[in-house]
Amino acid sequence: MEVIVLQLFNGLSVSSILLLIALGLAITFGLMKVINMAHGELIMIGAYSTYLTQNIFNDYLPKSMFDWYFVLAIPVSFLIAFLFGLILEMSLIRFLYGRPLDSLLATWGVGLVLQQLARSIFGAPNVAVTSPSWLDGGVTFLGSVLPYKRLFIIGLVALTLLAMYFYIYRSLEGRRMRAVMQNRDMASCLGVSTRRVDAMTFAIGSGIAGIAGCALTLLGPIGPSLGTYYIVDAFMVVVLGGVGKLVGTVLGALGIGVFNTMFEYWTNASLGKVLVFICIVAFLQWRPMGFIAMRSRSLDS
Amino acid sequence: MLTLRKLSPQRLWLLAGYAAAAATMFSAPMFLNDFRLNLLAKFLAFAIVAPGLDLIWGYTGILSLGHGIFFGLGAYAMAMYLKLEASGGKLPDFMGWSGLSELPWFWKPFENFGFAVLMGILIPAALALFLGFFTFRNRIRGVYFTILTQALVIITTTLLVGQQAYTGGTNGVTGFSKILGESIASPDTKRLLYWVTAAVLVAVFILCRYVVKSRFGKVLRAIRDGENRVRFIGYNPAVYQMVIFTLSAAIAGIAGMLFVLHVGIISPSMMGIVPSIEMVLWVAIGGRGTLIGAALGAVLMNWAKSEFSTTYPEGWTYFLGGVFILVVVFLPNGLAGLVSKLKFSKSREVRSEAEHDGIEHPAV
Repeated sequence: MEVIVLQLFNGLSVSSILLLIALGLAITFGLMKVINMAHGELIMIGAYSTYLTQNIFNDYLPKSMFDWYFVLAIPVSFLIAFLFGLILEMSLIRFLYGRPLDSLLATWGVGLVLQQLARSIFGAPNVAVTSPSWLDGGVTFLGSVLPYKRLFIIGLVALTLLAMYFYIYRSLEGRRMRAVMQNRDMASCLGVSTRRVDAMTFAIGSGIAGIAGCALTLLGPIGPSLGTYYIVDAFMVVVLGGVGKLVGTVLGALGIGVFNTMFEYWTNASLGKVLVFICIVAFLQWRPMGFIAMRSRSLDS
Repeated sequence: MLTLRKLSPQRLWLLAGYAAAAATMFSAPMFLNDFRLNLLAKFLAFAIVAPGLDLIWGYTGILSLGHGIFFGLGAYAMAMYLKLEASGGKLPDFMGWSGLSELPWFWKPFENFGFAVLMGILIPAALALFLGFFTFRNRIRGVYFTILTQALVIITTTLLVGQQAYTGGTNGVTGFSKILGESIASPDTKRLLYWVTAAVLVAVFILCRYVVKSRFGKVLRAIRDGENRVRFIGYNPAVYQMVIFTLSAAIAGIAGMLFVLHVGIISPSMMGIVPSIEMVLWVAIGGRGTLIGAALGAVLMNWAKSEFSTTYPEGWTYFLGGVFILVVVFLPNGLAGLVSKLKFSKSREVRSEAEHDGIEHPAV
């Protein structure tokens, strides 16, 4: 029982982080057919933003305030990653419309440059971020200890998801976004500024990646290649979940996170990954477009 | 058009260029020292991958970020043979360190050189066929396929690292001494291996060229430009995609085998995400859709890498990232595209525009 609870909890914890990373990917891919390989580096940027916030608190503010740096670090990470995303969209992504494979390669180049930039600025070795003391310890549930840090991350992800839901389905901007996603030309004809929608969506997706980076600082030291560990799994979430609906991404993340932890527990880390991959390929035999696919009558969607 | 092509001076120049390139390549051992020759041999091994990758990317429109794996599996097959040859009937050293007392069953047949070579081609091909069968048939393509190939890279490398006792783990397989009874490090063997590599490169090049010029190649290009239209005409694109992807993987496997002979080591880090994507970059820089461009791109990039990456490691990464962005955004057809744009006469431009028009407007 304890083992099951712990494994499920770990699975949920992994899923929540994957979800945070995959959200931005799924939205930008659904909207613009752009695969952003630099997404992992936006996570890294979020993580280093948290690190910098911590350092500023450490150097300039009284000790008693230190624990609260994390509360500020979340919006700071979001904003910095948001800005990077905005710049990236305006300067590069917009040249790559309708060329998904090319966008993938070009953004990989961006990722390479950003990683090297981080290495030049912060040094190649990993840096540690001290977690706030109010996140130490954990709660005991059915005989297993669930760390506060992971619970906090799950809560953070739930909040982000809720915010995204309201943004996409309950706001004017979100309605425009969905319109562009469904039929770009028609939305454009009806006066939606697709350029603006694209830029905003891309930047928000990047910002969420920044939050993911911030969350990752709670789990261990961070380094310039932080994002690369997660990015391929996050892409798999997109493939598995399908694009166009939030719920698809959530299901994809849960599926990969839970199965990954389970298989890794039953076998070992390397075999677990193989099994997950085989499961995904098997699943795609049944639903080639993932859990949730946007219905469309166009042939080349 | 055929006769015109045969007689045109451009065509003659092109043939002369190929002949000169081949002559230079085969006579390189005369004027390069051993170190340089070994380096060039490595580049040529890489250059074998490029036309194969170009077949699927430039001609069929499938982007694989998993060719490092096919390359690596070929390399491992050869490395297993070389390791057993070097151990001379005893257990390979890394197996002893990991606590194995007996040679695993799947290592045993690799004592045979012919079997190892066969496996170096068949294993990558089988893996590619497996992935291709389960994806192309369901019309999983484009970015989805690319992501799956990348996931394949991750799991294969983690598997190789994880099963240390059987694969040598992170260190890979190294410490070779002999091939078919001959010392692998002697200059004579090295020179012979260089010629073999050059010959294989030429053979692969001719094979790819044959594929591209054949009816089959026409269908491939049609799939790239309008997969659904090809399907409606009555072809099954999945079969073509599977065949070409498998062929491309087999070529990468051959390249991997030759690579290991020149470099003397194969490890998971040489076949991971970054090497796989670098292979794509060679093709992108050289020019997708032209075989010679792809091969030259591979040699050029690897030469640049070996010249600059050790002296300016930071600058090299910036350069690599920058080149990626610039080539993809501004030079989608690579250096070969640039050359043909600058060189060829207007008639060609008009023709290519017409071709392009045909893609945009189905009615034409």
